[in-house]
Amino acid sequence: MGKILPNYVSTTNACKLCKPLGASLAFRGVEGAVPFLHGSQGCATYMRRYIISHFNEPIDIASSSLGEKNAVYGGGANLKLGLKNVTQKYHPALIGIATTCLTETIGDDVKMLLFQYRQEFMQDGGPLLVQVSTPSYSGTHMEGFHAAVRALVEQLTVATEANGTVNILPGFLSAADLRSLKEMVVDCGLTATVLPDFSETLDGPALRDYPLIPEGGTKISDIRAMSGAQATVEFGYTLPDQLSGGSYLKKTYGVPLQRLGMPVGIRETDRLFETLAEFSGRPMPGKYALARGRLVDSLVDGHKYVFGKRAVVYGEEDLVIGLTSFLAEIGVQPVLCASGGTSGGFVKAIGKAVEGFAVEMPRVHEGMDFHEIGELAAELKPDFFLGHSKGYALARGIGLPLIRVGFPIHDRVGGQRLLHIGYHGAQQLFDLIANAMIMAKQDSSEVGYSYM
Amino acid sequence: METALQERQDSIHRTGEAPFVMDCNKDSLAGAVSQRACVFCGSRVVLYPIADALHLVHGPIGCAVYTWDIRGALSSGPELHRLSFSTDMQEIDVIFGGEKKLYHALIELIDRHAPKAAFVYSTCIVGIIGDDMQAVCRRVSEEKGIPVLPVQSEGFKGNKREGYKAACNAMRQLVGMGDTSGISRYSLNILGDFNLAGEIWLIREYFTKMGVEVVANITGDGRVGDIQRAHGAALNVVQCSGSTMDLARMMEEDYSIPSLRVSYFGVEDMAESLYAVAAFFKDEEMMRRTRELVKEELSLIMPELMRYRQALAGKRAAIYVGGAFKAFSLVKAFRTIGMQVVMVGSQTGTPEDYAELAEITDPGTIIVDDSNPLELSAFLKEKEVDIFVGGVKERPIAYKLGVAFCDHNHERKEMLAGFAGMLNFAREVYGSVMSPVWRFVPRREN
Repeated sequence: MGKILPNYVSTTNACKLCKPLGASLAFRGVEGAVPFLHGSQGCATYMRRYIISHFNEPIDIASSSLGEKNAVYGGGANLKLGLKNVTQKYHPALIGIATTCLTETIGDDVKMLLFQYRQEFMQDGGPLLVQVSTPSYSGTHMEGFHAAVRALVEQLTVATEANGTVNILPGFLSAADLRSLKEMVVDCGLTATVLPDFSETLDGPALRDYPLIPEGGTKISDIRAMSGAQATVEFGYTLPDQLSGGSYLKKTYGVPLQRLGMPVGIRETDRLFETLAEFSGRPMPGKYALARGRLVDSLVDGHKYVFGKRAVVYGEEDLVIGLTSFLAEIGVQPVLCASGGTSGGFVKAIGKAVEGFAVEMPRVHEGMDFHEIGELAAELKPDFFLGHSKGYALARGIGLPLIRVGFPIHDRVGGQRLLHIGYHGAQQLFDLIANAMIMAKQDSSEVGYSYM
Repeated sequence: METALQERQDSIHRTGEAPFVMDCNKDSLAGAVSQRACVFCGSRVVLYPIADALHLVHGPIGCAVYTWDIRGALSSGPELHRLSFSTDMQEIDVIFGGEKKLYHALIELIDRHAPKAAFVYSTCIVGIIGDDMQAVCRRVSEEKGIPVLPVQSEGFKGNKREGYKAACNAMRQLVGMGDTSGISRYSLNILGDFNLAGEIWLIREYFTKMGVEVVANITGDGRVGDIQRAHGAALNVVQCSGSTMDLARMMEEDYSIPSLRVSYFGVEDMAESLYAVAAFFKDEEMMRRTRELVKEELSLIMPELMRYRQALAGKRAAIYVGGAFKAFSLVKAFRTIGMQVVMVGSQTGTPEDYAELAEITDPGTIIVDDSNPLELSAFLKEKEVDIFVGGVKERPIAYKLGVAFCDHNHERKEMLAGFAGMLNFAREVYGSVMSPVWRFVPRREN
């Protein structure tokens, strides 16, 4: 396993984001919802900026904009004023309220404040209020994302009759992934509730009027009825039980839960389609059989360009697990799998992903920052980096290609249109990786080959 | 305006509609989706470009990670400022205090990077749990023999302006530490340019040509050593109304260094700024050189600038920027290329700033403080704006509605200051306004 990493106290160039950002993204994927951060103004603005630079889309995140007095005497009055103002101007169907480190530390009892708010201002109706606790000092944006999904499920679902639908809790996918996922489900003849779904709310068309709340998102009525689904499919091997919406639905309503990996690569996509086929009672549609066939054909065509190449993969744990699984399938040797997350389940899941495929077990590290990734990369001699755009400085420093996937992509257009999942996603990934390797060889060659 | 919230009505005015009293410079309204960030942000952006200092954010990870390499802030040498350092506070640190972690993180990072100084930024949570940052900084400073400066930038302690002040307070401690021997009597410090795309290099070149020595860049392409000897300069030239004016005031108090407010955006303001500096030194020869410089620079850009003017004449522009001072210059710069400013606003303007904006804008121009997407999108529509100038958060508002956009903030890659910068600005505006893509957007459909 190589040398033991020094245990640094400081963090340099973190490979994670903070909890309320994940919650904001999840809330943005609900129809008619406005994300609302209970904290100081900066949090909302910074996260908006960060998200905008990836999606190139507006995202209005409201804030209770606490000042010094509120920090001392409590943020309740500002929270209520903020909710009132958002309700008045945005006319939301739902406000998703996430806390921040400030309001968690001063000890605001949000649940009680919302109870009071409903008493004082919502006698004649108003938006649904869903709240989630997201102190940034414990966990990453992924814990915030999952916690918000869980909160939506917990606070909105009501007992319903069986409705034959399927719940899909996909975790943090791209807008293109979500569109593709919904298409797969429809093609399989199923009706699914995908939560969250920001495929339109964070990747919408040009408009005549500014969309305070853009069209799209998971319908609230569908969320309410998730209790009556025939099953829940939840992506992500590292998702802990207490943050799992699927576990809640299973425990509370007896909805069977199928936990899958993020469907990246052949085997994980096969698993998804097998699961969908079980639900629908029909075989995989021909369109996907064909896409799988083309994918395999292309892997054969291009296998020599990628075989034995060494990759450093980093990002959110479940995305890295999916990507590593795919790399193993195409003969790339993942040498380091790194994440800022600390789920505790990363090593085991990577082990399963490469079992029987990769020649060696990669180094796998939770809680890593880019300084540590850089130190290990120098030792592991990779051929390329696979991850979001924040690895660019590192890749540039070593002079290696960075293949951009996941979130954020701040230095290229089209991050929201990157497709990672399904056979089509695997196809795009393969083409990216193979071409990056071909380009690296071509550019460094004195000959300047004009054929591969 | 009906779109805006009741409490926001007094922060929106139209030129010519008396009485003009702007409600501004206060905490943002809860739930209004302000475009502003926080105190920490104010400090971070001001100190950020000091390239040989360590910038350690003491707090949970978010504050550090969202400001990692956030603006150009080019450096001609070290690039330590482009790394994002954090104590990444965890629950246990919140409960038991983060001082120990801060101490060890500082020692570790100073040993690793050998910076010339360290700035330690306080975040919301640190203000609440009461870590004694001063004490930790003092201890590390003694042990490591470099200045280690606490920046009291708890996010909730006011708006961005408070952050500017906290940054200036930290820099005040650096000024005066260095040796000032050999500094010319024709010398100045450049305050309030952050060298986002190389503008400070151009400005320095102008001053050098005039025969003025630049002692310290505060803070674009900044160095700790230069700031430490900044008190040896004869003059402070201050751009950007809010961010470094406090430091200029402090230096006037501590060292009797006078200051001039300048702006490098637009040909008018650029020329005026250089003339003001030459006039300050009361040197005829310098004034002559300055006139020559301005004449030569203008002759280089005017032909191309006039071509853009022809194409852009009569088009309407909207401005929403961080500091009002930039807005003044932009109003004039648009005039230079024949465009009309129909809306102008800022995050941090003062009543005086807005009164001045009302002076220099045409009747009917919307003037706004601490605006938000709801209002800004309504203004863009009402005024049928052709181009919107702002930062990253304003960009999707413009683009979603099919309006051209010019980034005059963190993400610009072209230098927009100086005479050459005016040409770049015109090119940027032209390149967005004249794009054929607008023909396909809904607002252009019948």
